[in-house]
Amino acid sequence: MSNYTQMWSDLGLDLQAHDALLSILGGAYQDIFLSQKDRPEGMKYFDFVMSEVHGLRIKELMDAKAQGRMVVGSYCVFVPEEMILAVDSVSVGLCAGAEFNFEGAEEVLPRNLCPLIKSAFGFKRGLVCPYVEASDIIVGENTCDGKKKAYEVLSPMVKDLYIIDLPQMKSDTGKMLLREEYRKFIKKLEDVSGRKITFETLKKGIELTNAKRKAVKRLAGLRKADPAPISGLDALLVNQVFFYDDPVRFTTSVNTLCDELEVRVAEGKGVFPKNTPRLLMSGCPMAVPNWKVPMIIEGSGAVIVGEESCVGERGTQWLTDDNGKTIDELLDAITERYFKIDCAVFTPNPSRVDHVKEMYNKYNAQGVIHYSLQSCHPYTVESGPAEALLEEAGIPVLRLETDYSQEDAGQLKTRIEAFRERIETK
Amino acid sequence: MIAAGIDIGSRTVKLAVIEGGKPILTRKALTSHDPLEAVRTLMNGVEYDAIVATGYGRHLIKDYLKCAAISEIKAFALGARAILPRCRVVLDIGGQDTKAISLNESGDMSKFEMNDKCAAGTGRFLEIMANALGFSLDEFSGNALSAKGAAKVNSMCTVFAESEVISLITQGASRHEVALGIHQAIVSRSVALLKRISTPQEVFFAGGVALNKCVGVLIGRELGIPVFVPEDPQIVGAYGAALHAIYTKKLLLNIDN
Repeated sequence: MSNYTQMWSDLGLDLQAHDALLSILGGAYQDIFLSQKDRPEGMKYFDFVMSEVHGLRIKELMDAKAQGRMVVGSYCVFVPEEMILAVDSVSVGLCAGAEFNFEGAEEVLPRNLCPLIKSAFGFKRGLVCPYVEASDIIVGENTCDGKKKAYEVLSPMVKDLYIIDLPQMKSDTGKMLLREEYRKFIKKLEDVSGRKITFETLKKGIELTNAKRKAVKRLAGLRKADPAPISGLDALLVNQVFFYDDPVRFTTSVNTLCDELEVRVAEGKGVFPKNTPRLLMSGCPMAVPNWKVPMIIEGSGAVIVGEESCVGERGTQWLTDDNGKTIDELLDAITERYFKIDCAVFTPNPSRVDHVKEMYNKYNAQGVIHYSLQSCHPYTVESGPAEALLEEAGIPVLRLETDYSQEDAGQLKTRIEAFRERIETK
Repeated sequence: MIAAGIDIGSRTVKLAVIEGGKPILTRKALTSHDPLEAVRTLMNGVEYDAIVATGYGRHLIKDYLKCAAISEIKAFALGARAILPRCRVVLDIGGQDTKAISLNESGDMSKFEMNDKCAAGTGRFLEIMANALGFSLDEFSGNALSAKGAAKVNSMCTVFAESEVISLITQGASRHEVALGIHQAIVSRSVALLKRISTPQEVFFAGGVALNKCVGVLIGRELGIPVFVPEDPQIVGAYGAALHAIYTKKLLLNIDN
């Protein structure tokens, strides 16, 4: 690994804390990912990306900045990457998946807040996330109350925080609001970057983003096979890297991985034995390095075959129609595309359960694990009715509510094993 | 065939040895700081054709004895069903977990709920509260049952509940009423779990806390249902594990009986 100390220091990172973080991450990655059996060769690229996630990738961001390109950081799948690419900027997801410096986060936020928000603040206040520090604009969004209010606290800590207002209902006025917000976002990107979004650049942005989505959809499709050609952990990792990597290189690498998996499927080879119980995850997003529950599931003799999640199909299943003839038509298409996302901040949100059912059938799953982060009101509240509707449809559901700590690992393992036993006897 | 089941709980290790489906030997010991040693002592002189581990320490024993392991949820479901074939709802309150399990007609698990990571409202909670009130575990339950009214205990966190109990006592509440209040707090939590998995119906109550008569009586009253407590409620999980051992052994040998 090259020496990035100077770069990290220039970004203002706390080098000692950052070293400690990288060493924990490296160890966890070894234990959780590299120890898996029969991993596809194509995962080596993603191993490399993860080993350089704070190194080479940051160097690329810094090089892009030196060439006058912007880095735009965000925390949500409602932030349209098409538009960021259309001003020739780099889009990155920001760190929010580890229990790091929660003490620092709790100095400015209440303790009973979801771990994702606390993590974002822990990273920012601990000065260990190079992505935040490299971002020219940080885009927040009015999704849940926790994030909405936390951005007020974050604002003075970062260079340029821009908030997208999001609708809360799937109504005509909701869609109008989203469209106008996206129009304003284009203006913001143009103002800060000094570049104009043209029909051509926006169309190109849509094409690049769609290509990424098509690649992960192809990966998702291959997971229908029994035995599963790739572990749920590895597939989750690909979906996590989706937010960080160069879009073109990412697309190529996922397609290369899929070529290999196609051969595996044809040969009937997999990472777990045939007839291993198959589970679908549904619920809150799992940001890097939040691998806790998938690790317990796949260590308990079950395989994850799909993620109904923002880091998963909720974020990637829809393409943006690129047939528009004008910028306005492309903006309409982008609005249509994002308005379909069935995040639990919407009320009511019936299409989410429909999608879970659809995925359950498509991926030949035998049960659904509903995953909520503690204090995430939209998903914890929605989990009750969602569970009832799914069980009514004959779909076994296990509801879990957890955070980023390891203290409930024993209880989670007991529940997950019992759930596996339940679906095995079905 | 002689089969054994071993249930390593957070507080107690239980062993059940069965022949022809019926228990021929049961033993219990405290889990202590060295559960493996507790298991070794318990297993001393015991012979068996098949063994299955369950409980919080199942994976530890699985590696040690090179045997299969099942979750305590499944073990309690199997054990309960064998003891009371009509049973459809099982409640197990152990040292640090509470589990509510519903079974379908043929005895397979159809739904279960378990408390979150905190041990509030479990056996350990009762032990600490009894201690705070200066009762032995036996006195605790009996005195709570004989109380005329209950002093409401709001906190379910062991640490906070202990200070709440002390505060109630210093305000002049009687020990009996506080004891009943503590039992009611546990019961309302268990009742909530039970309501999530099934419509009210007879409950098979197992685990160490089922030895506490007051909890069972209050659950029955609260839900208006009969509560069945087996002769030895602590052994149900080990018994279920032993039954599973027979089942897997037969699968292995491909025999019918």
